[in-house]
Amino acid sequence: MGEAYGAVMPANAYNWIAVWRRNFLAWRKVALPSLLGNLAEPITNLFGLGFGLGLIMGQIEGTSYIAFLAAGMVAISAMTSATFETLYAAFARMDAKRTWEAVLFTQLTLGDIVLGELVWAASKSVLAGTAIGIVAAMLGYASWTSIVCAIPTVALTGLVFASLAMVVIALAPTYDYFVFYQSLILTPMVFLCGAVFPISQLPSSVQHFAGLLPLAHSVDLIRPAMLERGADSPALHICALCIYAVLPFFVSTALFRRRLLR
Amino acid sequence: MNMSTVTIDLAEVKKSFGDKVIVNKLSFSVARGECFGLLGPNGAGKSTIARMLLGMISPEAGKITVLNEPVPSRSRVARARIGVVPQFDNLELEFTVRENLFVFGRYFGMSARKIEAVAPSLLEFARLESKADVRVSELSGGMKRRLTLARALINDPHLLVMDEPTTGLDPHARHLIWERLRVLLARGKTILLTTHFMEEAERLCDRLCVLESGCKIAEGKPEALIHEHIGCDVIEIYGGDPYQLRELIRPYARHIEVSGETLFCYAPHPEQVRLQLRGRSDLRVLQRPPNLEDVFLRLTGRELEK
Repeated sequence: MGEAYGAVMPANAYNWIAVWRRNFLAWRKVALPSLLGNLAEPITNLFGLGFGLGLIMGQIEGTSYIAFLAAGMVAISAMTSATFETLYAAFARMDAKRTWEAVLFTQLTLGDIVLGELVWAASKSVLAGTAIGIVAAMLGYASWTSIVCAIPTVALTGLVFASLAMVVIALAPTYDYFVFYQSLILTPMVFLCGAVFPISQLPSSVQHFAGLLPLAHSVDLIRPAMLERGADSPALHICALCIYAVLPFFVSTALFRRRLLR
Repeated sequence: MNMSTVTIDLAEVKKSFGDKVIVNKLSFSVARGECFGLLGPNGAGKSTIARMLLGMISPEAGKITVLNEPVPSRSRVARARIGVVPQFDNLELEFTVRENLFVFGRYFGMSARKIEAVAPSLLEFARLESKADVRVSELSGGMKRRLTLARALINDPHLLVMDEPTTGLDPHARHLIWERLRVLLARGKTILLTTHFMEEAERLCDRLCVLESGCKIAEGKPEALIHEHIGCDVIEIYGGDPYQLRELIRPYARHIEVSGETLFCYAPHPEQVRLQLRGRSDLRVLQRPPNLEDVFLRLTGRELEK
Protein backbone atom coordinates (compact mmCIF):
# COMPACT_ATOMS: atom_id res chain seq x y z
CA MET A 1 0.00 0.00 0.00
CA GLY A 2 2.86 2.38 0.84
CA GLU A 3 4.28 1.70 -2.59
CA ALA A 4 0.95 2.59 -4.21
CA TYR A 5 0.88 5.97 -2.41
CA GLY A 6 4.55 6.54 -3.19
CA ALA A 7 3.86 6.11 -6.91
CA VAL A 8 1.39 9.03 -6.95
CA MET A 9 3.61 11.56 -5.15
CA PRO A 10 5.49 14.19 -7.20
CA ALA A 11 8.05 12.44 -9.37
CA ASN A 12 10.57 15.26 -9.28
CA ALA A 13 10.97 18.92 -8.37
CA TYR A 14 9.91 20.40 -11.72
CA ASN A 15 7.14 18.30 -13.33
CA TRP A 16 4.50 20.56 -11.75
CA ILE A 17 5.66 23.49 -13.90
CA ALA A 18 3.91 22.02 -16.97
CA VAL A 19 0.61 22.05 -15.05
CA TRP A 20 1.19 25.63 -13.91
CA ARG A 21 1.94 26.70 -17.48
CA ARG A 22 -1.23 25.03 -18.75
CA ASN A 23 -3.28 27.05 -16.26
CA PHE A 24 -1.37 30.21 -17.07
CA LEU A 25 -2.12 29.77 -20.79
CA ALA A 26 -5.83 29.30 -20.04
CA TRP A 27 -5.83 32.33 -17.72
CA ARG A 28 -4.04 34.53 -20.26
CA LYS A 29 -7.02 34.17 -22.59
CA VAL A 30 -9.38 35.66 -19.98
CA ALA A 31 -6.88 37.72 -17.94
CA LEU A 32 -8.61 41.09 -17.99
CA PRO A 33 -12.15 40.05 -16.95
CA SER A 34 -10.65 37.62 -14.46
CA LEU A 35 -8.54 40.33 -12.83
CA LEU A 36 -11.42 42.82 -12.66
CA GLY A 37 -13.76 40.17 -11.25
CA ASN A 38 -11.29 39.15 -8.58
CA LEU A 39 -10.50 42.69 -7.51
CA ALA A 40 -13.95 44.26 -7.47
CA GLU A 41 -15.08 42.69 -4.22
CA PRO A 42 -12.05 43.28 -1.96
CA ILE A 43 -11.67 46.85 -3.22
CA THR A 44 -15.36 47.55 -2.63
CA ASN A 45 -14.97 46.17 0.89
CA LEU A 46 -11.88 48.25 1.48
CA PHE A 47 -13.60 51.48 0.49
CA GLY A 48 -16.98 50.66 1.98
CA LEU A 49 -15.77 49.42 5.35
CA GLY A 50 -12.63 51.54 5.42
CA PHE A 51 -14.27 54.90 4.85
CA GLY A 52 -17.58 54.08 6.49
CA LEU A 53 -16.40 52.37 9.67
CA GLY A 54 -13.16 54.33 9.63
CA LEU A 55 -15.08 57.49 10.53
CA ILE A 56 -16.61 55.84 13.59
CA MET A 57 -13.57 53.93 14.71
CA GLY A 58 -10.84 56.48 14.26
CA GLN A 59 -7.38 55.14 15.19
CA ILE A 60 -6.81 51.46 15.77
CA GLU A 61 -3.55 49.96 17.02
CA GLY A 62 -1.88 53.26 16.32
CA THR A 63 -2.97 53.62 12.70
CA SER A 64 -6.05 54.67 10.73
CA TYR A 65 -8.73 52.00 10.43
CA ILE A 66 -8.49 51.92 6.65
CA ALA A 67 -4.73 51.21 6.82
CA PHE A 68 -5.44 48.51 9.43
CA LEU A 69 -8.15 47.05 7.20
CA ALA A 70 -6.06 47.25 4.01
CA ALA A 71 -3.55 44.79 5.48
CA GLY A 72 -6.40 42.49 6.52
CA MET A 73 -7.91 42.75 3.03
CA VAL A 74 -4.65 41.66 1.45
CA ALA A 75 -4.69 38.53 3.62
CA ILE A 76 -8.39 37.87 2.97
CA SER A 77 -8.04 38.29 -0.78
CA ALA A 78 -5.03 35.91 -0.77
CA MET A 79 -7.21 33.42 1.07
CA THR A 80 -10.30 33.77 -1.11
CA SER A 81 -8.59 33.83 -4.49
CA ALA A 82 -6.61 30.64 -3.77
CA THR A 83 -9.69 29.01 -2.28
CA PHE A 84 -12.00 29.87 -5.16
CA GLU A 85 -9.44 28.95 -7.81
CA THR A 86 -9.12 25.53 -6.21
CA LEU A 87 -12.76 24.92 -5.30
CA TYR A 88 -14.22 25.87 -8.64
CA ALA A 89 -11.55 25.93 -11.36
CA ALA A 90 -9.38 23.05 -10.14
CA PHE A 91 -12.47 20.99 -9.30
CA ALA A 92 -13.73 21.48 -12.87
CA ARG A 93 -10.35 20.42 -14.26
CA MET A 94 -10.35 17.36 -12.03
CA ASP A 95 -13.97 16.43 -12.70
CA ALA A 96 -16.07 17.67 -15.62
CA LYS A 97 -13.31 18.93 -17.94
CA ARG A 98 -11.18 15.76 -17.53
CA THR A 99 -8.01 17.87 -17.69
CA TRP A 100 -6.37 15.87 -14.91
CA GLU A 101 -7.28 12.62 -16.65
CA ALA A 102 -5.39 13.75 -19.76
CA VAL A 103 -2.39 14.72 -17.64
CA LEU A 104 -2.41 11.30 -16.00
CA PHE A 105 -1.90 9.77 -19.47
CA THR A 106 1.57 11.34 -19.46
CA GLN A 107 4.59 10.84 -17.26
CA LEU A 108 3.17 13.17 -14.60
CA THR A 109 1.82 11.81 -11.33
CA LEU A 110 -1.19 12.92 -9.32
CA GLY A 111 1.21 14.63 -6.88
CA ASP A 112 2.74 16.62 -9.76
CA ILE A 113 -0.75 17.80 -10.77
CA VAL A 114 -1.78 18.77 -7.23
CA LEU A 115 1.50 20.63 -6.70
CA GLY A 116 1.08 22.50 -10.01
CA GLU A 117 -2.49 23.46 -9.06
CA LEU A 118 -1.37 24.67 -5.61
CA VAL A 119 1.39 26.87 -6.99
CA TRP A 120 -1.00 28.17 -9.63
CA ALA A 121 -3.65 29.07 -7.02
CA ALA A 122 -0.93 30.75 -4.92
CA SER A 123 0.11 32.73 -8.00
CA LYS A 124 -3.42 34.04 -8.30
CA SER A 125 -3.29 34.99 -4.61
CA VAL A 126 -0.13 36.98 -5.23
CA LEU A 127 -1.85 38.74 -8.09
CA ALA A 128 -4.94 39.61 -6.03
CA GLY A 129 -3.00 40.51 -2.86
CA THR A 130 -0.54 42.67 -4.75
CA ALA A 131 -3.30 44.51 -6.59
CA ILE A 132 -4.99 45.48 -3.33
CA GLY A 133 -1.62 46.43 -1.91
CA ILE A 134 -1.09 48.71 -4.90
CA VAL A 135 -4.47 50.37 -4.37
CA ALA A 136 -3.60 50.88 -0.68
CA ALA A 137 -0.18 52.28 -1.57
CA MET A 138 -1.67 54.66 -4.15
CA LEU A 139 -4.05 55.99 -1.50
CA GLY A 140 -1.13 56.40 0.90
CA TYR A 141 -2.18 53.71 3.40
CA ALA A 142 0.93 51.59 2.84
CA SER A 143 4.39 52.22 1.42
CA TRP A 144 5.50 50.69 -1.88
CA THR A 145 8.37 48.77 -0.29
CA SER A 146 6.05 47.34 2.37
CA ILE A 147 3.94 45.78 -0.41
CA VAL A 148 7.01 43.99 -1.74
CA CYS A 149 7.81 42.77 1.79
CA ALA A 150 4.29 41.33 2.15
CA ILE A 151 4.39 39.33 -1.10
CA PRO A 152 6.17 36.19 0.26
CA THR A 153 3.56 35.87 3.02
CA VAL A 154 0.76 36.43 0.51
CA ALA A 155 2.18 33.60 -1.60
CA LEU A 156 2.45 31.32 1.42
CA THR A 157 -1.12 32.20 2.42
CA GLY A 158 -2.24 31.27 -1.08
CA LEU A 159 -0.48 27.89 -0.81
CA VAL A 160 -2.10 27.23 2.57
CA PHE A 161 -5.65 27.92 1.44
CA ALA A 162 -5.22 26.17 -1.91
CA SER A 163 -3.91 23.16 -0.03
CA LEU A 164 -6.85 23.17 2.41
CA ALA A 165 -9.33 23.60 -0.46
CA MET A 166 -7.69 20.64 -2.23
CA VAL A 167 -8.79 18.42 0.65
CA VAL A 168 -12.32 19.79 0.26
CA ILE A 169 -12.50 19.05 -3.48
CA ALA A 170 -10.93 15.62 -2.96
CA LEU A 171 -13.84 14.79 -0.65
CA ALA A 172 -16.77 16.75 -2.12
CA PRO A 173 -18.98 14.73 -4.49
CA THR A 174 -20.28 17.90 -6.23
CA TYR A 175 -19.99 21.69 -6.20
CA ASP A 176 -22.94 21.90 -3.80
CA TYR A 177 -20.78 20.89 -0.85
CA PHE A 178 -18.37 23.81 -1.18
CA VAL A 179 -20.83 26.20 0.42
CA PHE A 180 -20.36 24.41 3.75
CA TYR A 181 -16.64 25.03 3.65
CA GLN A 182 -17.15 28.65 2.65
CA SER A 183 -19.80 29.54 5.22
CA LEU A 184 -18.69 27.34 8.12
CA ILE A 185 -14.90 27.66 7.84
CA LEU A 186 -13.83 30.62 5.73
CA THR A 187 -16.33 33.30 6.72
CA PRO A 188 -15.86 32.74 10.50
CA MET A 189 -12.11 32.86 9.94
CA VAL A 190 -12.42 36.36 8.42
CA PHE A 191 -13.93 37.60 11.70
CA LEU A 192 -11.86 35.48 14.11
CA CYS A 193 -8.39 36.13 12.74
CA GLY A 194 -7.92 39.83 13.20
CA ALA A 195 -8.39 40.72 9.56
CA VAL A 196 -11.18 43.31 10.04
CA PHE A 197 -10.87 44.09 13.76
CA PRO A 198 -8.15 43.30 16.33
CA ILE A 199 -8.19 39.80 17.77
CA SER A 200 -8.02 41.40 21.25
CA GLN A 201 -11.72 42.33 20.91
CA LEU A 202 -12.64 38.64 21.21
CA PRO A 203 -13.24 36.79 24.50
CA SER A 204 -9.89 35.42 25.69
CA SER A 205 -10.87 31.74 25.24
CA VAL A 206 -11.80 32.45 21.62
CA GLN A 207 -8.57 34.40 21.15
CA HIS A 208 -6.50 31.28 21.95
CA PHE A 209 -8.41 29.20 19.46
CA ALA A 210 -8.37 31.95 16.82
CA GLY A 211 -4.62 32.27 17.16
CA LEU A 212 -4.26 28.73 15.83
CA LEU A 213 -6.15 29.41 12.60
CA PRO A 214 -4.08 29.84 9.44
CA LEU A 215 -5.51 33.26 8.52
CA ALA A 216 -4.45 34.61 11.93
CA HIS A 217 -0.84 33.66 11.19
CA SER A 218 -1.07 35.34 7.78
CA VAL A 219 -2.54 38.53 9.25
CA ASP A 220 0.14 38.58 11.98
CA LEU A 221 2.79 38.56 9.26
CA ILE A 222 1.16 40.74 6.57
CA ARG A 223 -0.07 43.59 8.78
CA PRO A 224 3.31 44.37 10.43
CA ALA A 225 4.95 44.16 6.99
CA MET A 226 2.48 46.64 5.48
CA LEU A 227 2.55 49.00 8.44
CA GLU A 228 6.36 48.68 8.54
CA ARG A 229 6.52 47.34 12.06
CA GLY A 230 8.39 44.33 13.39
CA ALA A 231 6.28 41.16 13.55
CA ASP A 232 6.00 39.16 16.81
CA SER A 233 7.70 35.75 16.52
CA PRO A 234 7.65 35.59 12.69
CA ALA A 235 9.36 32.17 12.64
CA LEU A 236 6.46 30.66 14.56
CA HIS A 237 3.91 32.06 12.11
CA ILE A 238 5.93 30.94 9.10
CA CYS A 239 6.30 27.42 10.52
CA ALA A 240 2.58 27.23 11.29
CA LEU A 241 1.70 28.31 7.74
CA CYS A 242 4.16 25.79 6.27
CA ILE A 243 2.48 23.01 8.24
CA TYR A 244 -0.94 24.19 7.02
CA ALA A 245 0.39 24.11 3.43
CA VAL A 246 2.26 20.79 3.49
CA LEU A 247 0.03 18.46 5.50
CA PRO A 248 -3.16 18.97 3.45
CA PHE A 249 -1.07 18.49 0.31
CA PHE A 250 -0.25 14.91 1.29
CA VAL A 251 -3.74 14.27 2.61
CA SER A 252 -5.42 15.56 -0.56
CA THR A 253 -3.04 13.65 -2.87
CA ALA A 254 -3.79 10.43 -0.99
CA LEU A 255 -7.54 11.20 -1.15
CA PHE A 256 -7.33 11.90 -4.90
CA ARG A 257 -5.59 8.57 -5.38
CA ARG A 258 -8.57 6.87 -3.79
CA ARG A 259 -11.01 8.97 -5.78
CA LEU A 260 -9.39 8.92 -9.23
CA LEU A 261 -7.08 5.87 -9.34
CA ARG A 262 -9.16 3.14 -7.75
CA MET B 1 7.17 -15.33 -26.38
CA ASN B 2 10.62 -13.82 -25.90
CA MET B 3 10.51 -11.28 -23.03
CA SER B 4 12.35 -8.58 -24.97
CA THR B 5 9.63 -8.53 -27.62
CA VAL B 6 6.73 -8.56 -25.16
CA THR B 7 5.17 -5.09 -24.88
CA ILE B 8 2.27 -5.95 -22.58
CA ASP B 9 1.97 -8.92 -20.26
CA LEU B 10 -1.00 -9.59 -18.00
CA ALA B 11 -0.89 -12.60 -15.68
CA GLU B 12 -3.98 -13.72 -13.75
CA VAL B 13 -5.19 -10.14 -13.32
CA LYS B 14 -8.28 -9.63 -11.23
CA LYS B 15 -10.29 -6.54 -10.32
CA SER B 16 -13.66 -6.04 -8.71
CA PHE B 17 -15.59 -3.00 -7.58
CA GLY B 18 -17.64 -3.95 -4.55
CA ASP B 19 -19.16 -7.36 -5.22
CA LYS B 20 -18.94 -6.99 -8.97
CA VAL B 21 -16.02 -8.76 -10.63
CA ILE B 22 -14.93 -6.56 -13.55
CA VAL B 23 -11.84 -8.48 -14.67
CA ASN B 24 -11.53 -12.13 -13.78
CA LYS B 25 -8.12 -13.84 -13.83
CA LEU B 26 -7.23 -12.42 -17.19
CA SER B 27 -3.93 -13.26 -18.89
CA PHE B 28 -2.63 -12.22 -22.29
CA SER B 29 0.54 -10.97 -23.93
CA VAL B 30 1.05 -8.47 -26.72
CA ALA B 31 4.19 -8.63 -28.84
CA ARG B 32 6.05 -5.62 -30.14
CA GLY B 33 4.58 -4.30 -33.39
CA GLU B 34 1.33 -6.15 -32.93
CA CYS B 35 -2.20 -4.77 -32.99
CA PHE B 36 -4.04 -6.55 -30.22
CA GLY B 37 -7.77 -6.14 -29.76
CA LEU B 38 -9.98 -6.48 -26.72
CA LEU B 39 -13.39 -7.22 -28.19
CA GLY B 40 -16.51 -7.36 -26.11
CA PRO B 41 -19.80 -5.66 -25.34
CA ASN B 42 -20.14 -2.64 -23.05
CA GLY B 43 -19.45 -3.71 -19.49
CA ALA B 44 -17.10 -6.55 -20.49
CA GLY B 45 -14.20 -4.86 -18.66
CA LYS B 46 -12.35 -3.45 -21.69
CA SER B 47 -11.92 0.10 -20.39
CA THR B 48 -10.93 -1.15 -16.95
CA ILE B 49 -8.17 -3.23 -18.55
CA ALA B 50 -6.99 -0.26 -20.63
CA ARG B 51 -6.84 1.92 -17.51
CA MET B 52 -5.03 -0.79 -15.58
CA LEU B 53 -2.30 -0.84 -18.24
CA LEU B 54 -1.77 2.89 -17.57
CA GLY B 55 -1.63 2.45 -13.80
CA MET B 56 -4.88 4.37 -13.38
CA ILE B 57 -6.63 1.39 -11.81
CA SER B 58 -4.71 -1.02 -9.57
CA PRO B 59 -5.40 -4.75 -9.93
CA GLU B 60 -6.27 -6.56 -6.71
CA ALA B 61 -4.46 -9.71 -7.84
CA GLY B 62 -2.15 -10.68 -10.66
CA LYS B 63 0.78 -9.05 -12.36
CA ILE B 64 0.94 -6.43 -15.13
CA THR B 65 4.09 -5.55 -17.06
CA VAL B 66 4.08 -2.84 -19.73
CA LEU B 67 7.21 -1.98 -21.75
CA ASN B 68 9.22 -4.02 -19.21
CA GLU B 69 8.00 -1.90 -16.29
CA PRO B 70 5.88 -3.28 -13.45
CA VAL B 71 2.51 -1.54 -13.35
CA PRO B 72 1.19 0.31 -11.39
CA SER B 73 4.35 0.81 -9.27
CA ARG B 74 6.42 2.12 -12.21
CA SER B 75 3.59 3.03 -14.56
CA ARG B 76 4.88 6.61 -14.68
CA VAL B 77 8.06 5.38 -16.37
CA ALA B 78 6.06 3.21 -18.78
CA ARG B 79 3.67 6.06 -19.61
CA ALA B 80 6.56 8.16 -20.89
CA ARG B 81 6.59 5.74 -23.86
CA ILE B 82 2.82 5.24 -24.22
CA GLY B 83 0.29 7.24 -26.21
CA VAL B 84 -3.33 7.16 -25.06
CA VAL B 85 -6.56 7.68 -26.98
CA PRO B 86 -9.35 7.56 -24.38
CA GLN B 87 -12.95 6.60 -24.96
CA PHE B 88 -14.13 10.16 -24.23
CA ASP B 89 -12.16 13.11 -25.55
CA ASN B 90 -10.39 15.14 -22.88
CA LEU B 91 -8.89 17.83 -25.12
CA GLU B 92 -8.53 21.42 -23.98
CA LEU B 93 -11.62 22.90 -25.63
CA GLU B 94 -10.70 26.56 -25.18
CA PHE B 95 -7.20 26.05 -26.60
CA THR B 96 -6.32 25.90 -30.28
CA VAL B 97 -5.24 22.67 -31.96
CA ARG B 98 -1.59 23.75 -31.82
CA GLU B 99 -1.84 24.83 -28.17
CA ASN B 100 -3.21 21.41 -27.29
CA LEU B 101 -0.11 19.77 -28.73
CA PHE B 102 2.15 22.24 -26.91
CA VAL B 103 0.54 21.82 -23.54
CA PHE B 104 0.58 18.05 -23.86
CA GLY B 105 4.19 17.94 -25.08
CA ARG B 106 5.25 19.90 -22.01
CA TYR B 107 3.73 17.23 -19.76
CA PHE B 108 6.32 14.88 -21.28
CA GLY B 109 9.08 17.36 -20.45
CA MET B 110 9.57 18.36 -24.11
CA SER B 111 11.09 21.75 -24.89
CA ALA B 112 9.19 24.29 -27.02
CA ARG B 113 11.75 23.78 -29.79
CA LYS B 114 11.26 20.02 -29.77
CA ILE B 115 7.46 20.36 -29.85
CA GLU B 116 7.72 22.88 -32.67
CA ALA B 117 9.83 20.38 -34.59
CA VAL B 118 7.29 17.53 -34.38
CA ALA B 119 3.99 19.47 -34.42
CA PRO B 120 3.78 20.02 -38.21
CA SER B 121 4.20 16.33 -39.01
CA LEU B 122 1.60 15.40 -36.37
CA LEU B 123 -0.88 17.93 -37.76
CA GLU B 124 -0.26 16.55 -41.21
CA PHE B 125 -0.69 13.00 -39.96
CA ALA B 126 -4.01 13.96 -38.38
CA ARG B 127 -5.01 15.94 -41.52
CA LEU B 128 -5.43 19.04 -39.38
CA GLU B 129 -2.83 21.31 -41.01
CA SER B 130 -5.43 23.90 -41.93
CA LYS B 131 -6.94 23.82 -38.42
CA ALA B 132 -3.76 24.50 -36.43
CA ASP B 133 -5.00 27.81 -35.04
CA VAL B 134 -8.66 26.90 -34.65
CA ARG B 135 -10.12 26.42 -31.18
CA VAL B 136 -10.88 22.78 -30.42
CA SER B 137 -14.48 23.60 -29.45
CA GLU B 138 -15.06 24.47 -33.14
CA LEU B 139 -13.85 21.11 -34.49
CA SER B 140 -16.10 18.24 -35.61
CA GLY B 141 -16.16 14.97 -33.68
CA GLY B 142 -13.92 13.25 -36.22
CA MET B 143 -11.40 16.10 -36.12
CA LYS B 144 -11.32 15.99 -32.33
CA ARG B 145 -10.60 12.27 -32.45
CA ARG B 146 -7.77 12.84 -34.94
CA LEU B 147 -6.35 15.56 -32.71
CA THR B 148 -6.51 13.16 -29.77
CA LEU B 149 -4.59 10.68 -31.90
CA ALA B 150 -2.00 13.32 -32.88
CA ARG B 151 -1.69 14.33 -29.23
CA ALA B 152 -1.10 10.70 -28.27
CA LEU B 153 1.83 10.58 -30.71
CA ILE B 154 3.65 13.68 -29.43
CA ASN B 155 6.07 11.68 -27.28
CA ASP B 156 6.80 9.25 -30.15
CA PRO B 157 5.35 6.35 -28.12
CA HIS B 158 6.24 2.69 -28.57
CA LEU B 159 2.77 1.64 -27.51
CA LEU B 160 -0.64 3.13 -28.20
CA VAL B 161 -3.51 2.31 -25.87
CA MET B 162 -6.79 3.13 -27.60
CA ASP B 163 -10.11 2.76 -25.82
CA GLU B 164 -12.90 2.57 -28.41
CA PRO B 165 -11.16 5.00 -30.76
CA THR B 166 -14.00 5.22 -33.28
CA THR B 167 -17.10 4.97 -31.10
CA GLY B 168 -19.52 7.76 -31.94
CA LEU B 169 -17.93 8.62 -35.29
CA ASP B 170 -19.68 8.53 -38.65
CA PRO B 171 -18.48 5.86 -41.13
CA HIS B 172 -16.33 8.29 -43.10
CA ALA B 173 -14.50 9.58 -40.01
CA ARG B 174 -14.13 6.00 -38.77
CA HIS B 175 -12.50 4.82 -42.00
CA LEU B 176 -10.09 7.74 -41.86
CA ILE B 177 -9.01 6.75 -38.32
CA TRP B 178 -8.58 3.10 -39.39
CA GLU B 179 -6.42 4.17 -42.30
CA ARG B 180 -4.27 6.32 -39.97
CA LEU B 181 -3.89 3.41 -37.53
CA ARG B 182 -2.68 1.13 -40.32
CA VAL B 183 -0.01 3.73 -41.13
CA LEU B 184 1.11 3.62 -37.48
CA LEU B 185 1.25 -0.18 -37.52
CA ALA B 186 3.35 -0.05 -40.67
CA ARG B 187 5.74 2.22 -38.75
CA GLY B 188 6.16 -0.52 -36.16
CA LYS B 189 4.01 0.87 -33.32
CA THR B 190 2.32 -1.57 -30.98
CA ILE B 191 -1.39 -0.94 -30.53
CA LEU B 192 -3.78 -2.18 -27.89
CA LEU B 193 -7.31 -1.45 -29.02
CA THR B 194 -10.60 -1.96 -27.25
CA THR B 195 -13.69 -2.09 -29.41
CA HIS B 196 -17.16 -3.43 -29.72
CA PHE B 197 -17.08 -3.15 -33.51
CA MET B 198 -16.27 -6.52 -34.95
CA GLU B 199 -15.45 -4.86 -38.25
CA GLU B 200 -12.84 -2.68 -36.57
CA ALA B 201 -11.32 -5.68 -34.83
CA GLU B 202 -11.30 -7.75 -38.02
CA ARG B 203 -9.71 -5.01 -40.11
CA LEU B 204 -7.02 -3.89 -37.70
CA CYS B 205 -6.15 -6.58 -35.20
CA ASP B 206 -3.45 -9.18 -35.69
CA ARG B 207 -4.78 -11.00 -32.67
CA LEU B 208 -7.62 -10.42 -30.31
CA CYS B 209 -9.16 -11.50 -27.10
CA VAL B 210 -12.93 -11.85 -26.85
CA LEU B 211 -14.23 -10.78 -23.44
CA GLU B 212 -17.47 -11.27 -21.67
CA SER B 213 -18.10 -10.11 -18.08
CA GLY B 214 -14.38 -9.74 -17.46
CA CYS B 215 -13.55 -13.27 -18.63
CA LYS B 216 -11.59 -14.26 -21.69
CA ILE B 217 -13.79 -16.50 -23.80
CA ALA B 218 -11.52 -16.78 -26.86
CA GLU B 219 -8.15 -15.56 -28.06
CA GLY B 220 -6.41 -15.76 -31.42
CA LYS B 221 -6.14 -14.34 -34.91
CA PRO B 222 -9.50 -13.09 -36.20
CA GLU B 223 -9.59 -15.43 -39.21
CA ALA B 224 -8.52 -18.41 -37.08
CA LEU B 225 -11.26 -17.69 -34.55
CA ILE B 226 -13.83 -17.43 -37.33
CA HIS B 227 -12.63 -20.64 -38.92
CA GLU B 228 -12.46 -22.51 -35.62
CA HIS B 229 -15.84 -21.47 -34.23
CA ILE B 230 -17.91 -21.07 -37.41
CA GLY B 231 -16.05 -22.39 -40.46
CA CYS B 232 -18.95 -22.13 -42.91
CA ASP B 233 -21.27 -19.58 -44.52
CA VAL B 234 -23.95 -17.88 -42.48
CA ILE B 235 -27.55 -17.37 -43.51
CA GLU B 236 -29.40 -14.59 -41.72
CA ILE B 237 -33.18 -14.86 -41.86
CA TYR B 238 -35.49 -12.03 -40.75
CA GLY B 239 -39.27 -12.07 -40.62
CA GLY B 240 -41.58 -14.89 -39.69
CA ASP B 241 -41.40 -16.76 -36.40
CA PRO B 242 -37.72 -17.58 -35.81
CA TYR B 243 -38.53 -20.55 -33.57
CA GLN B 244 -40.80 -22.13 -36.18
CA LEU B 245 -38.16 -21.54 -38.85
CA ARG B 246 -35.55 -23.14 -36.63
CA GLU B 247 -37.50 -26.42 -36.62
CA LEU B 248 -37.89 -26.24 -40.38
CA ILE B 249 -34.22 -25.87 -41.22
CA ARG B 250 -32.65 -27.67 -38.26
CA PRO B 251 -31.79 -30.85 -40.24
CA TYR B 252 -29.73 -28.85 -42.74
CA ALA B 253 -27.80 -26.59 -40.36
CA ARG B 254 -24.71 -27.28 -38.29
CA HIS B 255 -25.89 -24.80 -35.72
CA ILE B 256 -28.66 -22.20 -35.32
CA GLU B 257 -28.79 -19.12 -33.08
CA VAL B 258 -31.80 -16.89 -32.55
CA SER B 259 -31.11 -13.32 -31.54
CA GLY B 260 -34.05 -10.97 -31.33
CA GLU B 261 -36.08 -11.46 -34.49
CA THR B 262 -33.11 -12.69 -36.52
CA LEU B 263 -32.17 -16.28 -37.04
CA PHE B 264 -28.53 -17.10 -37.72
CA CYS B 265 -28.02 -20.40 -39.49
CA TYR B 266 -24.51 -21.83 -39.84
CA ALA B 267 -24.68 -24.19 -42.77
CA PRO B 268 -21.91 -26.07 -44.61
CA HIS B 269 -24.41 -26.56 -47.47
CA PRO B 270 -26.38 -23.31 -47.57
CA GLU B 271 -28.18 -24.22 -50.80
CA GLN B 272 -30.13 -26.94 -48.93
CA VAL B 273 -31.32 -24.39 -46.36
CA ARG B 274 -32.33 -21.97 -49.08
CA LEU B 275 -34.31 -24.74 -50.76
CA GLN B 276 -36.44 -25.07 -47.62
CA LEU B 277 -37.21 -21.38 -47.66
CA ARG B 278 -38.12 -21.13 -51.35
CA GLY B 279 -41.39 -19.35 -51.96
CA ARG B 280 -41.48 -17.70 -48.52
CA SER B 281 -41.90 -14.09 -49.69
CA ASP B 282 -42.39 -12.94 -46.07
CA LEU B 283 -38.75 -13.69 -45.29
CA ARG B 284 -35.58 -11.76 -46.01
CA VAL B 285 -32.68 -14.11 -46.48
CA LEU B 286 -29.05 -13.02 -46.53
CA GLN B 287 -26.16 -15.37 -47.13
CA ARG B 288 -22.69 -14.10 -46.21
CA PRO B 289 -19.24 -15.26 -45.07
CA PRO B 290 -18.88 -15.64 -41.29
CA ASN B 291 -17.39 -12.85 -39.16
CA LEU B 292 -16.39 -12.12 -35.56
CA GLU B 293 -19.94 -11.14 -34.73
CA ASP B 294 -20.91 -14.75 -35.37
CA VAL B 295 -18.06 -15.94 -33.18
CA PHE B 296 -19.30 -13.79 -30.34
CA LEU B 297 -22.88 -14.93 -30.83
CA ARG B 298 -21.78 -18.56 -30.97
CA LEU B 299 -19.70 -18.26 -27.79
CA THR B 300 -22.10 -16.21 -25.69
CA GLY B 301 -25.50 -16.77 -27.23
CA ARG B 302 -25.97 -13.06 -27.73
CA GLU B 303 -25.02 -10.30 -30.13
CA LEU B 304 -22.50 -7.55 -29.58
CA GLU B 305 -24.34 -4.26 -29.54
CA LYS B 306 -23.69 -2.17 -32.61
